[in-house]
Amino acid sequence: MRELDSARISEAVARLCVEANRHLPQDVKGCIACARSAEPWAPACEILDRIIENYGIADRNEVAICQDTGMACVFLEIGQDVHIAGDLRAAVDAGVRKGYGEGYLRKSVVRDPLDRVNTGDNTPAMLYTELVPGDQVKITVAPKGFGSENMSQIRMLKPSDGLQGVKDFVLKVVEDAGPNPCPPIVVGVGIGGTFDKAALLAKKAIIRPIDQRNEKPFYADLERELLEKVNALGIGPQGFGGRTTALAVNIEYLPTHIAGLPVAVNLNCHVTRHKTEVL
Amino acid sequence: MAVSIRTPLTPAVARTLKSGDSVLISGVIYTARDAAHKRLCELVAQGKPLPMDVRNAIIYFVGPTPAKPGQAIGSAGPTTSYRMDAYSPTLIAQGLTGMIGKGKRGPEVVAAMKEHGAVYFGAIGGAGALLSNCVKKAEIIAYEDLGAEAIRRLEVEDLPVTVIIDCEGRNLYETGRRAYLDSVK
Repeated sequence: MRELDSARISEAVARLCVEANRHLPQDVKGCIACARSAEPWAPACEILDRIIENYGIADRNEVAICQDTGMACVFLEIGQDVHIAGDLRAAVDAGVRKGYGEGYLRKSVVRDPLDRVNTGDNTPAMLYTELVPGDQVKITVAPKGFGSENMSQIRMLKPSDGLQGVKDFVLKVVEDAGPNPCPPIVVGVGIGGTFDKAALLAKKAIIRPIDQRNEKPFYADLERELLEKVNALGIGPQGFGGRTTALAVNIEYLPTHIAGLPVAVNLNCHVTRHKTEVL
Repeated sequence: MAVSIRTPLTPAVARTLKSGDSVLISGVIYTARDAAHKRLCELVAQGKPLPMDVRNAIIYFVGPTPAKPGQAIGSAGPTTSYRMDAYSPTLIAQGLTGMIGKGKRGPEVVAAMKEHGAVYFGAIGGAGALLSNCVKKAEIIAYEDLGAEAIRRLEVEDLPVTVIIDCEGRNLYETGRRAYLDSVK
């Protein structure tokens, strides 16, 4: 069995928090550039140009792309042949504390949703662990802003609602959100599983590269169809009108119960950040 | 062509700004988000003075990242405005004439804007690195305990915003979208 010191996980998490918040992933930049060249509406082009200028400044000056540097969502895929020495939960939080402190990132976490006292260091991380074969640990940090998180929805559809019900619900979520989640958005859709798994799938869908379609052709086609329908709504960048309401629709699915059709829609703004490291 | 304005923003000037106008704001503005708004409105309810004069003032809904050495402020883009809907009418009644944020506003806010002459501006959400370049000076003037949510006095130069809802209640989110959809019919 391989030994891995939890301090190495802290270091990686700290690095990833800073890097993810300063440098937009290449796939997202590519999709924004494509959307800009396909955008027919002048005011929308102007906003997309500013968005491109903004992530350029963040790259060059090593500053946060957006002031909402998010809750630190940390996904760990832990090989079952690795033994982590030390307290893993504490190591991840230590990484978040270091990254958000040294990286001049905003501390946006309150210790209790009702007493609302800021923890001062952006901890705790939202930690997701999964056991996988092998002896490596894959760490993904996805800082999640709440302008778009607040516009996300989940619904337990009936099996009889079927495919049409799923499509209608996704479009309803985008319509309800309108300008609030900072369009152009990335739409993460989780279909199936249980109530909680559907929501997790939707979050994982956002983290998948947005220039890659689902490997199952049925869902790849559904992603394309929904993107076209979302971009026919006319909401546009920042909600001022235009074609580019969304950059991508990413769908993930899981088997579900004979009585159920859970659908979760997790929205992300154009600052769809995530960065991965393997130890 | 953008219209340049300098704070303080009088109701007379506010009424000249129309939904869809590009505006460059210079002068002093104040930051406040959820927690600061709650405290400001509690002071108004108690009849106590506010930490800044909101008459003819502009409040920017923003919680910036910490400034790196050499920066006046960290990234500083707008937060979603509807969370301030419960508080904005109270401040507008106190003389507030401008708000900068992003996203929809409720009917009670629009009603107060029409009654008193106030404007709702939108800055580009998610463009915090770009917008921070327009902030020349920032200092915390109240509620330091709130961290990013403390009230800051900002000196800004040519802060680029768009009038979303004007004093007559016209709304760019409705008209802009309709105009685009009509253009592709």
